[in-house]
Amino acid sequence: MQKVGIIGVGQSAFVRGYEGSIRELVFEGFAEAMRDAQLKPQDIQASIICSAPEYDKQRTPAGLMAEYLGLNPQPTFYIESVCSSSSMGLRVAYSMIQAGLHEVVAVIGFQKMSEISSAESQERMGRGADIMWESPFGTMMPAYYAMHARAHMNTYGTTEEDLALIRVKAASYGQINEKAVYRKGVTLEKALSSDPVSTPLKVFDCCANADGSSCIIVASEKMAKKLSPKPVWILGLGAASAPINMAGRTTFTGLTCAREAAKQAYEMAGVGPQDIDVAEVHDCFTIAEMMAYEDLGFAEPGKGKELIRNKETYIGGKIPVNVDGGLLSKGHPIGATGGSQLRTITLQLRGEAGPMQVDGAKIGLVHNIGGVGIYGNVTILGRD
Amino acid sequence: MGFDRFGTVSFVSQSKVDKFVDFLDEGKVMGTKCKSCGAKYFPPRNDCAQCLSSDVEWFELTGTGKLATYSKLMYAPSGFEKDLPYRICVVEYPDGVKAFGRISAAISDDDLAIGMDLVAVPIKLSGNQVAYEFRRP
Ligand SMILES: [Zn+2]
Repeated sequence: MQKVGIIGVGQSAFVRGYEGSIRELVFEGFAEAMRDAQLKPQDIQASIICSAPEYDKQRTPAGLMAEYLGLNPQPTFYIESVCSSSSMGLRVAYSMIQAGLHEVVAVIGFQKMSEISSAESQERMGRGADIMWESPFGTMMPAYYAMHARAHMNTYGTTEEDLALIRVKAASYGQINEKAVYRKGVTLEKALSSDPVSTPLKVFDCCANADGSSCIIVASEKMAKKLSPKPVWILGLGAASAPINMAGRTTFTGLTCAREAAKQAYEMAGVGPQDIDVAEVHDCFTIAEMMAYEDLGFAEPGKGKELIRNKETYIGGKIPVNVDGGLLSKGHPIGATGGSQLRTITLQLRGEAGPMQVDGAKIGLVHNIGGVGIYGNVTILGRD
Repeated sequence: MGFDRFGTVSFVSQSKVDKFVDFLDEGKVMGTKCKSCGAKYFPPRNDCAQCLSSDVEWFELTGTGKLATYSKLMYAPSGFEKDLPYRICVVEYPDGVKAFGRISAAISDDDLAIGMDLVAVPIKLSGNQVAYEFRRP
């Protein structure tokens, strides 16, 4: 089987209250990726538009974006798996290229969350769970992840301070990422004393809502070698699902969809957790990063806290994680997040991550989750 | 009236298991059991994902479950603000059935502990709405 490569990456700055329309927001990430790949719109053979619905009023956004980005008459369509939409978009692009349908495909993610109020946003996010049997009790995303945090603490002795340490790390890197929405540092004291949102999670355990877009240009092996001096190869792809209703779950100390997706991705890439040089994980909440350490095999179940206590997930540690600030500080514009994570790892493997660079990174991993562990996507990238 | 009577705010107007709401009126929290393969479901389902039969019967969610996990919400989504603060949870029964819901306000935060015994009890809410909550046995 041929290889499939990433030949261009881009993202808008992640911001609070983007002053423009969704088409203009998407243009920013797309144009940066196209400049990176040195391509023109007519070179893109198909586009995949990824976002979560109901944050803006546009129905069928793929049609709008293809027109605005100069991508007619090529095929375009929409992919949705809430927060992991653009990782799922990458999976579809990979499949289309392997099938021989297209040689160069753009995966474009976006979200303008500020089109609606924060309370409306929480209500829509909450409806990303089971609206028939759970939403009538007044659920929202922080509460679901908080239940996982409570279970993790009870089972393994993880503490609120361990979770706060993850936020401190995220903020230290958000400060040096010019694309991040939250550019300030966070001290342990500040994180621990922030207001409770849904116990045991506090304000600083939650990611920053943001508006943003991302774009990944994916190409066949032949085209990647022809067009790019430094292609980054897709070594492994894993995807899995788990029951949307918490009553259907088998555990609350981890996400089974992430474990299953990781297993597939490691197997396909022929590598293990010990081979990963740098990782981007879906830290929509601090507990989500803690569970990711364990679900991805960076730590044994219950031992994730040792990684953060010993700073092993900082640059210079055993496995640097989210050294771009993660969702916590870089921000989480739902549909754009997976593409942004893929961009970060691509830049790391090309040695172009600037102050966030992990020296000599050869193999990187992206863990991108949709909803409260409904959809799990794990992607492993490598360079020549 | 159909399923729109379930919970503080319902997001589903009707379902083939609407009868769940009528059972709450009668003081019963009910799940479904597949007559073909015996799979038990809570929340109830009209259709069995194990054997794809749609021949199901009701069973009452009786007995004592154990608190698997919980969280106390200090913020609420639109429409639930007046309920704050409230605790949501998952309770696991001995036969493996799990149930999602709220913990009764009669149990204080300090008395909550994972593993504690709880029972599901139907309750009436304002505006003719109905639900269930978890209480001490
Ligand atoms: Zn059955």
